[in-house]
Amino acid sequence: MKALRAAILITCVVAGWQLLFWWAGPGSLTSPLDTIGYTIQLLGSATFYPHLAETGQAFAVALAIAISFGILIGFSLGLYRFAGEVGEPVLVALYSIPKITLYPIVLLAFGIGMPAKIAFGAIHGIVPVAIFALGAVRNLNPIYAKTARVMRMPPAQIASHVLLPAAIPEIFTGIRIGFSLTLIGTLLGEMFASQRGLGYLLIQAIGLHNVRIIMALTLLLVVIAVTASALLLAADRRLRGRAAGVT
Amino acid sequence: MPGFWTAGRVRFALALALVLLLEALCRFRAIDRFAMIPPSEILWHLGRILVGGTMGPAIAKTLTNVTIACVSAVAAGVILGTLIHRWRDLRETLDPLFTAYYGIPVYAFYPLFIVIFGLGDVPQVLIGFMLGLVAVIVNTLNGLDRVPRALTKTARIHRLGPLATALQISLPYAAPYIFTGVKLAVAYSFIGVIGAELIMSRTGLGYEIGFAYNNFDNAVMYPLIVLVLAIAATVNTLFFLWEKRLLARRRP
Repeated sequence: MKALRAAILITCVVAGWQLLFWWAGPGSLTSPLDTIGYTIQLLGSATFYPHLAETGQAFAVALAIAISFGILIGFSLGLYRFAGEVGEPVLVALYSIPKITLYPIVLLAFGIGMPAKIAFGAIHGIVPVAIFALGAVRNLNPIYAKTARVMRMPPAQIASHVLLPAAIPEIFTGIRIGFSLTLIGTLLGEMFASQRGLGYLLIQAIGLHNVRIIMALTLLLVVIAVTASALLLAADRRLRGRAAGVT
Repeated sequence: MPGFWTAGRVRFALALALVLLLEALCRFRAIDRFAMIPPSEILWHLGRILVGGTMGPAIAKTLTNVTIACVSAVAAGVILGTLIHRWRDLRETLDPLFTAYYGIPVYAFYPLFIVIFGLGDVPQVLIGFMLGLVAVIVNTLNGLDRVPRALTKTARIHRLGPLATALQISLPYAAPYIFTGVKLAVAYSFIGVIGAELIMSRTGLGYEIGFAYNNFDNAVMYPLIVLVLAIAATVNTLFFLWEKRLLARRRP
């Protein structure tokens, strides 16, 4: 049933795309079949691979930074109530501002190239991870921390052995949201601050009005993003199901 | 923590300390003038730009586009949400799309929109609209799910049609949840429109920031960045306060 619904949804999207293609004409976009063909051709070409690898590498580092610093910030603010009261509105405000306007500052600080992309991806992803980690730690059952203290565990060990495992399901939701924002951030960084990567190819194709590349890259990014978020969502649900089973 | 140091005051003091630190770093040349100008000068230039009125059209353009994107996202989101809520099959089919939606880099569609609609306001508004729309739909669905059965039954007893039920019973009940979506739509339309302006456009605050950056014109770039952040933060805070008042009125 689920597979049938997914099939219907995909069919509708592709049909809509085809209709749009007939309506707008080949000067504006390419047909689904043509786009899929070109995407496969692009994936097979030797010149494309370095760009994909570059984006993947920048994204991986940015995500690692976003997750580790996000959890660190969320934990520090979550463990101390007053720090949380001070910090949480700041985090929420940071989440809702258009961070894209900060790119000139990031570029001036890091220069053009890999570090700027990574920084741009990381600042997009860090905030949701921190917000969810903060909420996770604050909502933990206080009995966990009390038990650990009774057993005279050192604070660092309490954080790593008791609180972190207990907070994982909630934090994972933050990571899931941070994942997509980091991807957007990295691509935006590449659009402005790079000579390599998918974002760079995209902005170059806009300049050259190369519809085939634009469509193929958009399709590729959407497929990657949807697949990744579906996998993460499945993992998220499993983690939550397991946590619900324990308590 | 009781006494003078409330959370708000500590937050303000920290922000002030950060600004003063930046000021000192810039003044003592620890940060190069090419990289950043001191906060006091940013404020001074911001005042100069606002009084001079050179940025008036750009500010108006951006705010207009953000408003159009946001209002249409909210209107379409609430209407679509209400419709989708009525058809269970449709909803279950669309559900995976909604959950995966914010994983899709929407800016990736911007080049496509430029190709289809031309380099005018439409692609930017559309990006802001698309970013906001699904947040409103999802939160509308979430709110409508929580309407108690007693209320819908009462509506049926009074022979209210589907439209009247939605307008008089379920949507008002779901309002606080829809408001969460509205808040997100406000933030997302700012992010969408200004982001699109930065990527490629001919007018607007995002464009002006990019233009100033390309010309190393820090005396314009930094004030505009501060202006954008200040406008976004103010609007978001106002909505936050409004929501608080609405919720306070609802609680007995």
